[in-house]
Amino acid sequence: MFNFSIVTEWIHNLLASFMPGWLTTTAECVLIGVGLLLAYSLLALFYIYYERKLCAFIQCRLGPNRVGPMGLCQVFADMFKMLIKELIELKHTDRFLFALAPYLVIIASVLSFACLPWGRGLQIINFNIGIFFLIAVSSIGVLGILLAGWSSNNKYTLIGAMRSGAQMVSYELSVGLSIMTMVCLAGTMSIPGIVEAQADGWFIFTGHIPAIIAFIIYLIAGTAETNRGPFDLPEAESELTAGYHTEYSGIHFGFFYLAEYLNLFIVSGVAALMFFGGWMPLHIPGWEGFNDIMNYIPSPIWFIGKAIAISAIIIWFKWTFPRLRIDQLLKLEWKYLLPINLFNLVLMVLVVVYNLHF
Amino acid sequence: MNIQEKIAGFFPEASFEEGEILRICIPAEKFHELAKTLRDEFGYDYLVTIVGMDWGESLGCLYYLMNTADHSQISIKTSTTDREQPAIDSVADLWRIAVIFEREVYDFYGIIFVNNPDMRRLFLNIDWVGYPLRKDYDENPELNPVSIENERQSDETYVWKRENGKLVKHTERVFNDDDFVVNIGPQHPATHGVLRFRTAIDGEIIKKIDVYMGYIHRGVEKLCENLQYQQTLHFMDRLDYFSAHNYHHGLCLCIEKAMGIEAPRRAQVIRVIMDELSRIASHCLFIGTYCMDLGATTMLFYTLRVREQILDIMERTCGARMTFNYSCIGGLMADIHPDFVKDVKELLAICPKNVAEYNKLFTGNIITKGRLEGVGVLSHDDAISYGITGPSGRASGWACDVRKTHPYSIYPELKFEQVVRTEGDSMARFKNRMDEIQQSVDIINQLIDNIPEGDYCAKVPKVIKLPEGHWFQLVEGCRGLFGVYIESKGAAQPYRLKLVTPCLNLASVVDHITRGDKIADLITIGGSLDYIVPDIDR
Repeated sequence: MFNFSIVTEWIHNLLASFMPGWLTTTAECVLIGVGLLLAYSLLALFYIYYERKLCAFIQCRLGPNRVGPMGLCQVFADMFKMLIKELIELKHTDRFLFALAPYLVIIASVLSFACLPWGRGLQIINFNIGIFFLIAVSSIGVLGILLAGWSSNNKYTLIGAMRSGAQMVSYELSVGLSIMTMVCLAGTMSIPGIVEAQADGWFIFTGHIPAIIAFIIYLIAGTAETNRGPFDLPEAESELTAGYHTEYSGIHFGFFYLAEYLNLFIVSGVAALMFFGGWMPLHIPGWEGFNDIMNYIPSPIWFIGKAIAISAIIIWFKWTFPRLRIDQLLKLEWKYLLPINLFNLVLMVLVVVYNLHF
Repeated sequence: MNIQEKIAGFFPEASFEEGEILRICIPAEKFHELAKTLRDEFGYDYLVTIVGMDWGESLGCLYYLMNTADHSQISIKTSTTDREQPAIDSVADLWRIAVIFEREVYDFYGIIFVNNPDMRRLFLNIDWVGYPLRKDYDENPELNPVSIENERQSDETYVWKRENGKLVKHTERVFNDDDFVVNIGPQHPATHGVLRFRTAIDGEIIKKIDVYMGYIHRGVEKLCENLQYQQTLHFMDRLDYFSAHNYHHGLCLCIEKAMGIEAPRRAQVIRVIMDELSRIASHCLFIGTYCMDLGATTMLFYTLRVREQILDIMERTCGARMTFNYSCIGGLMADIHPDFVKDVKELLAICPKNVAEYNKLFTGNIITKGRLEGVGVLSHDDAISYGITGPSGRASGWACDVRKTHPYSIYPELKFEQVVRTEGDSMARFKNRMDEIQQSVDIINQLIDNIPEGDYCAKVPKVIKLPEGHWFQLVEGCRGLFGVYIESKGAAQPYRLKLVTPCLNLASVVDHITRGDKIADLITIGGSLDYIVPDIDR
């Protein structure tokens, strides 16, 4: 399998050959930053198109089909529309916090985006507590949402932000605990380490029962984390118009919108990482021929493909289920998911201690 | 001893006008006592409507009451000659819906209802000059210019009380100063139109709701007074636009009754088929939008498929997809399209499958059950007191289907069930509509092969003049009881045309059943009541 560290090292050596050390680092940071943002926005555009097409399929419609072949240019048109829209300044808002909020949301999203394992040797942020770092930065997002709701000085946004705060803080626990369960199995918090640990079989197979439980909980909690249906109460359009981002327009709204779609990708990406081997191809012990063929598929395709497939499940949720009520939502987390999760963690520890996994 | 003699025994000052519905005329000072007696002793527990009237020499009200046990109706007429400060005792303590009905009469006639806890205008803005349905109303546009500023808003309401023989006006507040009041509406996705709920909340809990109506008040009743009978018909499409056929049917029946003619059998059968098709389309749209309100957007597209098919059928026959204007006095505007029977049969074949699909996708869902069951429970007695008819009333165990209680047209010949549930919650209201689709399918099945040949419209004069008198006709709309009251002085225009619409009651009950629930429940409950705003405002 092609190792992308060859490419990255070649670039590094090339830059280092005619630049001083500090400039090399700076240049690499800029390069990575540009590449990251480019990937971020392109993926967001893809996701918008993807969700619209998938949702149209579920609803017996065609979805976007006028702009460009199969409506492919629709999302670009939408993006340009959003970019050139006026940023409406409202009276009586806290202007500093109002402007700050979308940036916090998008920064949290980009930071967690940077942690994902894109392929063999394609890892931007890599240190020994990588997954911990990912959970930590992804929870900055809730701050942005709370600020947005508060600074808009609007009753709907305030209720939306309150709901969002309660929801995200609660479901953070389930996400964290189900990831923790898998960390037990992997024995490391380093993201490349977790991927390498799945070389002989993805955790969803090797960890069997506790891994499947953890996956289901993660999927539910992850859907709630991204504020998507059936957990989209913070922006329940039939109750709160658009929730915390009601008062935002133009690119400020665009940031929330992008972050929402990218969070969907991040949640799916982390699920792919923790349960389906990240960029690791499907390997079945003993089937050497099959494994070799799988190895020919490039690792980024494996990773993105898995993430997109998991996103399809989350999108399917949204277009099927009605929305929960805030008390039911919190009850689900605190009365059901959390105890199951704690029990599952103990189960996983037992499985690991007695070496009951494959 | 019949009821008239009994009442005469209690109230010697009462006089009676016999007719289709017995009318008791009573002086204003004895009125409240009579209303209480009728409710408590004679079982007239349902206030159908209050018709404000201006007879020229006197202002007054007609109260239409119904006994929910034997479905008999009675009306009370009371009046006052005081045009400066006309006052009648409120019956808000007997029927809770009277608060709203009396506000409407106050709005249009300026009659003050003593002891009504909320004597504000209902539809017109608070600075409106004059009372538009009075016969001496000054229509000069300079008195009520079109405002280019925001309307003045007020948090004050008034209660009129009799103290030492004089009327005293007390001012009260709708909300307290420390209430956190959120406007749900007038532009809000869940109100399904321009309706405004001023909602006092404590966190997520609703403390009180003040329904603010009148954003699309068009004064249909006032307009009708200056139009010929044929011209009044098209307004019926614009009240509850999903029950357009049913409302047309109601007004046509009332005018036909007054003229003493009957539509040909072919027209009657087609009218009933159209009514039931409207009901299916209306309930399908309800299911779709309701699910969308709850976040299950996909259901909307599934239900709209059936609705589209019905609208296609309507379009072929009526030439329109919304405001059909199909029934006319004496029958129908035009005959059915040659393919009508074939198209309807295709629809009937797919309807049950679709309903099964809706149930599979939505009704049994655990989240749906959590959101709907036990939410917004309306008790049987409250349903009657608020006059909640239609599928919503029948969900509270009140068998109030006009097609059964006061059968009209060819309904007595048809076999169908009245869907009644006793839970009274949002789920019961939802399921009732689901089941009514099946009942409507059954009704159409009985008729579609037996549409008789013949004329589709009776011969009626070009200018219709009704004889002097008054008539009251009830029909079942898609959302409940729809009533038409016509009073004629023998002219080609009605002297008074009052429309009794179910949605006014539905919107006024929201405050009662949402208190203590969450904001999200307001959407659940409001959606399950399924009010249509033009039907509230008229």
